[in-house]
Amino acid sequence: MRLRVNPIDCVGHGVCAELLPELISLDEWGYPILPDQPVPQALGRKARRAVTDCPALALMLARP
Amino acid sequence: MTHLLPGSLPVAQPPTRPAPQLPRGGLPRLLPDQGIFPIDLRTHLARHGRLPYRGRRRELIAEVAAAGLTGRGGAAFPTHRKLAAVSEYRTPPVVMANGAEGEPASNKDKSLLWLSPHLVLDGLQLAAETVGSVTVGLYVHRNPRLHDWLRTAIAERAAAGIDAYPVDLVEAPPRFLAGEESALASRTSGGAALPRFKQPRASQRGVAGRPTLVQNVETLAHLAVIARYGAAWFRTVGTDGEPGSMLTTRYLADGRMDVLEVPLGVPLAALLGLPDADQPAQAVLVGGYHGAWVPAGAAQALPLANAALRPHGAAVGAGVVAVLPTDRCGLAESARVARYLALESAGQCGPCFNGLPRIAAALGELAGLRPRRDVVASLLRWAGMVEGRGACHHPDGTTRFVRSALQVFEAEITWHRHGRCTAGNGQPFLPLPGDPPLNDADWR
Repeated sequence: MRLRVNPIDCVGHGVCAELLPELISLDEWGYPILPDQPVPQALGRKARRAVTDCPALALMLARP
Repeated sequence: MTHLLPGSLPVAQPPTRPAPQLPRGGLPRLLPDQGIFPIDLRTHLARHGRLPYRGRRRELIAEVAAAGLTGRGGAAFPTHRKLAAVSEYRTPPVVMANGAEGEPASNKDKSLLWLSPHLVLDGLQLAAETVGSVTVGLYVHRNPRLHDWLRTAIAERAAAGIDAYPVDLVEAPPRFLAGEESALASRTSGGAALPRFKQPRASQRGVAGRPTLVQNVETLAHLAVIARYGAAWFRTVGTDGEPGSMLTTRYLADGRMDVLEVPLGVPLAALLGLPDADQPAQAVLVGGYHGAWVPAGAAQALPLANAALRPHGAAVGAGVVAVLPTDRCGLAESARVARYLALESAGQCGPCFNGLPRIAAALGELAGLRPRRDVVASLLRWAGMVEGRGACHHPDGTTRFVRSALQVFEAEITWHRHGRCTAGNGQPFLPLPGDPPLNDADWR
């Protein structure tokens, strides 16, 4: 699975980068920069948590 | 600048120099043979005959595939693939002709709708039959006179019993992004003409949630002539890889502008009158404001075809080609356009909303004298930060344009660093809307 963001819904809370700093960083305006690579198995749980905890419901896991 | 659009009641002026020689090859196909008088229904029927309905769904797809017709709205996507994809659904699709020409430098769709509306409307009917649609619309930028003209054309056809499917005329707001496919679908569904996050694409779920075929108006006009005269005829001009003709909006170094139908692959030198000793050129903008600058020396050796332009970072796009004369500052011109593009961001996506104004301001600083040392580095960092991060391609198109300006006008940046601009003429060259910036209400 791959992380994707709906850039219209995302308002830059930054919660995802706090929950999943291994994969997500923030740009200088506070919006998430997502990896191109699929989420490694070991981080699957944390990634799902970041998705469910996104206050804007903008983050998602999608098939590659 | 001479406007040859019937919309502005043009007065054709005699050219001051011989027109560039272009291969004729039976052109123009879509526009009137001569002059700028709109083709009414009677003239249209006398020239092209009745609409060649096929009587069955999907019948025309093979002919369009053989012709190699691609979208003339800018993306050059194979038209037959769109037709085939949308005709697969059990839900009857919506078919929309896209004539929302938001690009300020492009006038070819307006010209086509003024001069040959019936070819567009023919193509719309044929596309509807091909994909099994009964819901058909024509989406055109706000212009009361043009809308009146099109309404009259549609009514004439209804009275003559030509159209199998009634055509809805939908007004697009005068925004750069209003013609973006998902913005069109949103506007036609009764919402704002804002780009949407596309998942799934409009072809699958577009207008009112139904599968939607969106085709540029020029593409539909080509469809109408292909249905009549066939794929082999269509391919008698153009290149093997990029067959047929296309409408271009060209800006010459002396400031003249016109809309011209040319074979794909026409040499840019012939199209733009390069080189010209009286009006030396420094660069050519290819593909409009989401396109790219090409140095004049390179451009005059290139044809108007994607295969040759892509290695130079450019593409045919919607057919805007503009020669920048040597007396203008390429950085100043690019900065004006970048500022316009930043203001035309829908403001929906954080990176675009934040990045584009900063990119435009940085280019504005480079357009002035003695820019700070780190401006180029900042600009490139922001460009990398917005690319691929919008719901639509506005950030990507904007950075393509800006990056090409940094490359092509690199020497000018050095002059500016030393406190000198080589341009002798401060008059704006590339066209931009003169109106004050629009507000949020102007997306409908």
